[in-house]
Amino acid sequence: MRIALFVTCLVDALYPRVGQATVTLLERLGHEVVFPAGQTCCGQMHVNSGYPREALTLVRHHVDVFEDAEVIVAPSGSCAGSVRHQHAALARDAGDDALAVRADAVAARTVELSELLVDVLGVEDVGAYYPHRVTYHPTCHSLRVLRVGDRPLRLLRRVAGMTLLELPEAATCCGFGGTFAVKNAATSTAMLADKMRHIVGTGAEVATAGDASCLMHIGGGLSRLGAPTRTVHLAEILASTAAAPS
Amino acid sequence: MSRAFLGIPAIGVPAAGPAALGAPTVGVPTVGAAAPPGVGHLHASRPFPAAARDALADPQLRRNLGHATGVIRAKRAAAVAELDDWEQLRLAGEAIKRSTMASLDTHLVRLEAEVTARGGTVHWARDAREANAIVTGLVRSTGADEVVKVKSMATQEIGLNEALAAAGITAVETDLAELIIQLGEDRPSHILVPAIHRNRGEIRDLFLRTMPDVDPQLAAEPRQLAMAARAHLRRTFLRARVAVSGANLAIAETGTLAVVESEGNGRMCLTLPDTLITVMGIEKVLPSWSDLEVFLQLLPRSSTGERMNPYTSLWTGVTPGDGPRAFHLVLLDNGRTAALADRVGRDALHCIRCSACLNVCPVYERTGGHAYGSIYPGPIGAVLSPQLTGLHRGSDGGGGGATFNASLPFASSLCGACFDACPVRIDIPSLLVRLRAAAVDAARDAQRLPTPEALSMAAAAHVMSSPARFAAAESASRLARLAGRRTGRLSALPWPLSAWTATRDAPRPPAETFRQWWSRTHPDRP
Ligand code: SF4
Repeated sequence: MRIALFVTCLVDALYPRVGQATVTLLERLGHEVVFPAGQTCCGQMHVNSGYPREALTLVRHHVDVFEDAEVIVAPSGSCAGSVRHQHAALARDAGDDALAVRADAVAARTVELSELLVDVLGVEDVGAYYPHRVTYHPTCHSLRVLRVGDRPLRLLRRVAGMTLLELPEAATCCGFGGTFAVKNAATSTAMLADKMRHIVGTGAEVATAGDASCLMHIGGGLSRLGAPTRTVHLAEILASTAAAPS
Repeated sequence: MSRAFLGIPAIGVPAAGPAALGAPTVGVPTVGAAAPPGVGHLHASRPFPAAARDALADPQLRRNLGHATGVIRAKRAAAVAELDDWEQLRLAGEAIKRSTMASLDTHLVRLEAEVTARGGTVHWARDAREANAIVTGLVRSTGADEVVKVKSMATQEIGLNEALAAAGITAVETDLAELIIQLGEDRPSHILVPAIHRNRGEIRDLFLRTMPDVDPQLAAEPRQLAMAARAHLRRTFLRARVAVSGANLAIAETGTLAVVESEGNGRMCLTLPDTLITVMGIEKVLPSWSDLEVFLQLLPRSSTGERMNPYTSLWTGVTPGDGPRAFHLVLLDNGRTAALADRVGRDALHCIRCSACLNVCPVYERTGGHAYGSIYPGPIGAVLSPQLTGLHRGSDGGGGGATFNASLPFASSLCGACFDACPVRIDIPSLLVRLRAAAVDAARDAQRLPTPEALSMAAAAHVMSSPARFAAAESASRLARLAGRRTGRLSALPWPLSAWTATRDAPRPPAETFRQWWSRTHPDRP
């Protein structure tokens, strides 16, 4: 299958290894990955910060870039969520019904990585090997916007060599929330502190999730504390093999 | 007083137009004004981030809240899991509310007609000041200088107790938690459990301090505390000639009012005194008895996590020889018709005040209700309070102090737990995002000059709408690599990102962006 990668601006600029792992994984499973070069950002930060007009420019651009793709994957529940749940609504609010129709069509073909693997490609065992103790944090937008359910866990349970540890109060937000982390830094940090306490308490070496943004938040906190747990994106674990460990 | 002033939703709503809202039926009204500042308890007097910082610094408060919300969350989850048609009930609740709001004018007029036909009197209050004046006048005309009160959000919203006190009338709260708040000269911090920020030990100490004839051996144990309050209240109940209540809902077709409660003190108030005055927000009306079935299932399971609440009181007008001899219903606007005028934002008026969204909210759990300023805290408060008051900032100029309700829509990580818990499926995260845009616009209008944030958002949108500009910006940001060269992480960034690095490291930009890696490794591919 020919899969268009929407790598997301955060992964492009700060976490390229997450994008690389996504490409490695999909190519290993025998699929063709394309990277529409014009892509930039879904505009979620603008919408959620109260700047829908500025976001609309990015929506239009995103639709232009991805309109011809058959299936579009993002290694991010949050960005896929924005494409699926915000883009067309923004266009409609602005009175641009033609753009809304096109945005709906792009949204219908956009999936997050675990949805792509389980629903579109029909695999749960991706042949990964990752000999570590891992705990999984289901990020809010994966869970409650995209409703990915246990798809990421089904994928992780098939990873060879890995010990999967259950995270207490897993479904509670880590406190990132985009600009919330800066505008309401004290509250955000209080939420992060509880999330880190639960993560470190599992004894995991690695905390994983399907969103680089939440991992940046959790990982930034863990590193500041000098905690023994590091953060690794779901795509990196699934891309890891005995021959090419990540 | 005429009902024609009331912002009857069918008319004067430019955004939607009458056709979409149902045909106009009454008068020539317009949308009402926002809730006025300087009266009642809807206005945040400090920005949320500052108020939250203080709350977060109180470890006892954090423990009390964490414990209490945890217990209610678990009870609710169990009560909801019992019903296999819970999702259908939520959909039904949402649908009934939506259709009721679309012709609220019709239902309100019907309610008025039915209440009046059954011996009650209906009063229409444009805002908190009018409602307070109506109630004060009614109490005065009975000659009473004391009223007993059923727990009610509407009367808290308008600051009725303070207004009565100013007129020399004592209001006695009879709900246990409200009594705790009143005795402690405290403020409610939760819709359903207003004293959730207090633990048993603190309540025992308060009773020992404020109840004259309490047993000095009183233990910090729920039953003993409840019995002490019961003894304290009993004399007042037997003496009171006037009661003031709110209403959980009203049924238009028969003019029936309902209060749903746990303790039975509400029922004492509703049945013993000669005069009953009920203050109700106009959005509480339901068309018919058949709608009641849905809400009497949704409300108790969502709020206290019970299958059914212990006391459901329903009354219709006055009945000779039984209950109050005079019944007054005060219908309150106070910003509601203004909220109704926004076809999307009006969903917040569907709220049945169950407080499930507070109990599941990670922000509320950590900051508590006082940080929100308004008596409507938590996710729904962050939507409803600014909707009712408007988003203007700073001093109101009327001596009522400053209002910072524009900071409330930002007091959320948009995690979505509130939507999943809400029995009437209010999409709170989307409403918050909408209000953020309105708050940004209001700030822009007030300042005339763009804020630094607005400038950076516009710049980011400009850069990100062009891949070439985005790639150029990425190379510039890689200069930051130099800063984190040794550790691979950044521990101190300049403002405003210093708010991030105060508690969290930031990643050091990588040597190569994804798009550079792609063109190096896939030179022949798009
Ligand atoms: S918004 Fe929904 S969950 Fe929150 S109090 Fe209202 S009805 Fe309950």
